Amino acid sequence: MSTVEAPLYPIAVLIDELKNDDIQLRLDSIRRLSTIARALGEERTRSELIPFLSENNDDDDEVLLAMAEELGVFIPYVGGVEHAHVLLTPLETLCTVEETCVRDKAVESLCKIGSQMRENDLIEWFTPLVKRLAAGEWFTARVSACGLFHIAYPSAPETLKTELRSIYGQLCQDDMPMVRRSAASNLWKFAGTVESAHLKADIMQMFEDLTQDDQDTVRLLAVEGCAALGKLLEPQDCAARILPVIVTFSQDKSWRVRYMVANQLYELCEAVGPEPIRTDLLPAYVRLLRDNEAEVRIAAAGKVTKFCQILSPELAIQHILPCVKELSLDSSQHVRAALASVVMGMAPVLGKDATIEQLLPIFLSLLKDEFPDVRLNIISKLDQVNQVIGIDLLSQSLLPAIVELAEDRHWRVRLAIIEYIPLLANQLGVGFFDDKLGGLCMQWLQDKVYSIRDAAANNLKRLAEEFGPDWAMQHIIPQVLEIANDSHYLHRMTLLRAISLLGPVLGSEITRSKLLPVVVNASKDRVPNIKFNVAKVLQSLISVVDQSVVEKTIRPCLVELSEDPDVDVRYFAVQGLQSIDQVTMSS
Amino acid sequence: MNGGDEVVTAPAGPPQPLDWKFSQVFGERTAGEEVQEVDIISAIEFDKTGDHLATGDRGGRVVLFERTDTKDHDALRRDLERTDHPINRHPEFRYKTEFQSHEPEFDYLKSLEIEEKINKIRWCQTANRALFLLSTNDKTIKFWKVQEKKVKKISEMNLDPPKAVGNGCVASSSNSNSPTLCLANGGSSGNDFSFPPGGLPSLRLPVVTSQETNLVARCRRVYAHAHDYHINSISNNSDGETFISADDLRINLWNLEISNQSFNIVDVKPANMEDLTEVITSAEFHPTHCNMLVYSSSKGSIRLIDLRQSALCDSHAKLFEEPEAPGSRSFFTEIIASISDIKFAKDGRYMLSRDYMTLKLWDINMDSGPVSTFQVHEYLRPKLCDLYENDSIFDKFECCLSGDGLRVATGSYSNLFRIFGCAPGSTEATTLEASKNPMRRQVQTPSRPSRSLSSITRVVRRGAETSGVDANGNSFDFTTKLLHLAWHPTENSIACAAANSLYMYYA
Repeated sequence: MSTVEAPLYPIAVLIDELKNDDIQLRLDSIRRLSTIARALGEERTRSELIPFLSENNDDDDEVLLAMAEELGVFIPYVGGVEHAHVLLTPLETLCTVEETCVRDKAVESLCKIGSQMRENDLIEWFTPLVKRLAAGEWFTARVSACGLFHIAYPSAPETLKTELRSIYGQLCQDDMPMVRRSAASNLWKFAGTVESAHLKADIMQMFEDLTQDDQDTVRLLAVEGCAALGKLLEPQDCAARILPVIVTFSQDKSWRVRYMVANQLYELCEAVGPEPIRTDLLPAYVRLLRDNEAEVRIAAAGKVTKFCQILSPELAIQHILPCVKELSLDSSQHVRAALASVVMGMAPVLGKDATIEQLLPIFLSLLKDEFPDVRLNIISKLDQVNQVIGIDLLSQSLLPAIVELAEDRHWRVRLAIIEYIPLLANQLGVGFFDDKLGGLCMQWLQDKVYSIRDAAANNLKRLAEEFGPDWAMQHIIPQVLEIANDSHYLHRMTLLRAISLLGPVLGSEITRSKLLPVVVNASKDRVPNIKFNVAKVLQSLISVVDQSVVEKTIRPCLVELSEDPDVDVRYFAVQGLQSIDQVTMSS
Repeated sequence: MNGGDEVVTAPAGPPQPLDWKFSQVFGERTAGEEVQEVDIISAIEFDKTGDHLATGDRGGRVVLFERTDTKDHDALRRDLERTDHPINRHPEFRYKTEFQSHEPEFDYLKSLEIEEKINKIRWCQTANRALFLLSTNDKTIKFWKVQEKKVKKISEMNLDPPKAVGNGCVASSSNSNSPTLCLANGGSSGNDFSFPPGGLPSLRLPVVTSQETNLVARCRRVYAHAHDYHINSISNNSDGETFISADDLRINLWNLEISNQSFNIVDVKPANMEDLTEVITSAEFHPTHCNMLVYSSSKGSIRLIDLRQSALCDSHAKLFEEPEAPGSRSFFTEIIASISDIKFAKDGRYMLSRDYMTLKLWDINMDSGPVSTFQVHEYLRPKLCDLYENDSIFDKFECCLSGDGLRVATGSYSNLFRIFGCAPGSTEATTLEASKNPMRRQVQTPSRPSRSLSSITRVVRRGAETSGVDANGNSFDFTTKLLHLAWHPTENSIACAAANSLYMYYA
């Protein structure tokens, strides 16, 4: 066909593969579109590559997605912003495809390009594109159009602005719910660019239409934008226009809408100012905390601390605290769990007296909850608890809960509590820890579940880091080393794991005198699994101990293992020996 | 309901009974040809516009048909409308494409074979001329996109194809991720290419020459592992975003774009399976209210659910049940009460349910009983014992409503199906046979039902044609049953499945 000079060969292949039958090759080519563009030069990129891509619109969605992404950063390759408009054509086609993620990416890229384009070019090229998409035959085009108005609007002349607002208004009343959803979720972006007079008239009208939509999913997205929209308005306008809508929404028939309100209410409070909060939003929030749908209460309970922070302590104690009490006894465990994860944050807001008097009983009842997630959520916020009520009071009620969780029959619960042990140790201090929790830490080393034993070994390492080698020598090492005589080989394996973790923390001297003998002893175990794990541990300890110890103790042991009848043992022993040699050579 | 006389004397009067004619057949069986099990049609569905029809079969295939009589006659039609002529065309379809939707599978955890049989098909929103549909077997729902794709014919390659293949291993882009390239003019070689300004003129882009297209079906999403029991229905929501799938004990809500999670909205599984007395048999979303759906049960009740009320809709908003007639109870009462299919009328006010012996039309504003009841094959009542013995009593017949809501249809045995007028005052009750001569078995209905009868109430049990059953000495054939049929959404046209054949009729 044609001859290509040898140095051009790779780039020629790259171009040819834009149309390869193998999707992976096409994808690779598209991802290197910028390389192709540079090889063709700006002129030919504009006149050939871009038109070529515009027609390449019935490819697989994965390829189209990659193309939409690449084109978003393509301005330098077509010759800078004055030529940026040529990129609009291929992206416009991508805005109409059926796959949502491709459309979203194309819209994102169009926004990126549009925000760099010159004002005249926007009017000449970008705005007509938005209008074409908004009038698209298929809903896909109209869905995409909604996300582009905020780029086109600011630079448009007055008449065009009026037209754009009216088009957006039509999109808010489109026949297809998909288009109305897109209009609802993009409204606040568009609103941010509209002049305040029109914002109050046109945009608020659209907002009100959307809030009265028949489709729950549309109203849902209208709520989501409420807070952002509210922040664009003056506080008094926000209170007059948005607040009533929110209050209505908080009593919507659909629990999903109320759920959304419960999630958004806090942000809206920032927009309206203190007085409406007290008169309108607080009652609405209290209603949501007492909603009969558990999902709504979960969302509301999760925001209880944030909400209290913007209220005065009196209001919080008077209105919110009674609800919190009810929620702590809620019939749904998920509500209680959501509450447990945030409730301690209320303490600083309420002050010490109210906390001890009112919050502590709630906190204690949650700590005794029958559902482990609730207790775990409380324990994970332990540092906050400690600051408020002090360690003595805490430890009395805390310990039974911890012991119970430590023996929970769900291993994931045990795992979660193990992960909090270093935090607990830090809060409770050495003395308290030794008495009560030391035993538990050893018990986990012999758990039935591997993940727990592994986590327990890790836990020992973190404790040793926390309390130092001396403490570890006294409180961990003797008990751990006893496991060497355990009859269960899996427990002996855990010991080896613990040693490999503890060695680096405890340092060379303790490792040599205490840990190494145990490991060497284990090399004579009858179970091959133990033996090759010994080889692995020895390998990991090479860097911990002195060269002389390596030569005197580790090497002979490995040599012996390298003659073991078991192939795996020999393999790991040889690996160990090799790494000794490497260390020796490099030193 | 008390206005029987009024309705009869109303100026418009009930619509005239329709005269049904054979239109088309696909996959007609020749005499003596044995039906392959895999070819038996197990689902039929028109899309919203009525321009497409999909069938699914026991072999896991989905076949699409497209309407041929509208496309090229648009202009003509407009003329006709202007001159106010009736359009005397009837829908005609042609084979469009087919694809393998489901394959037989084996669930190793439960040691269960999963059949590939398509249980239901539902059309989704069309976009950019691509068709979208959901199909399901017992366990797995799939989202399909059927689209015309250009056949690629590439010319103007930079490299000769054979050469490219020959050296492909060296230069394929998979290992050109960090090529080092020295250009003739001494450009620097680095982690990436570097090029002279103005580009390299000898390179060119591939050119696609062919303009041919062909239809390609691609599975876009698979919604799996959400059902412990067999899926009996799927139904789209009017929001265009979600759909439900129902099995014997649960109904799940999905987002079309998210295939790895679904929400359980109805769960009727009792804590102890021995307490199980009732299962879900069918479920459908309301055609316009996004928050409402109904499901039917094996005990003959229909429950209306309001998704707005709570996240888990175990308590219904409304319960539709027919009070049991005293003294009529028999061993079969509960079995034949089981509802096999439920459909909403287009306006969303009425719904139609099919149990073994009857079709019932319900008004969603009236939960005390059905508005009308139509006897489908009352002559079988004495034979229930035989039907129980050979399991036919568990056959699941579907039902459908006409787009205008004036008529309802459902299937029976011997490849018969019945059409009833459900407009006030209508006495229409037609029996058709799924064959090229649908009126062959048409039993002579009494020429005109006595006025006194029709004026009692519309709930009168009509169409009990006990007289004609064995008049021609035919014994009914329980093996040829017409389970699946669908009514065109805008015109009087019915598609129905007789074993592996798809018959279409119009009126």
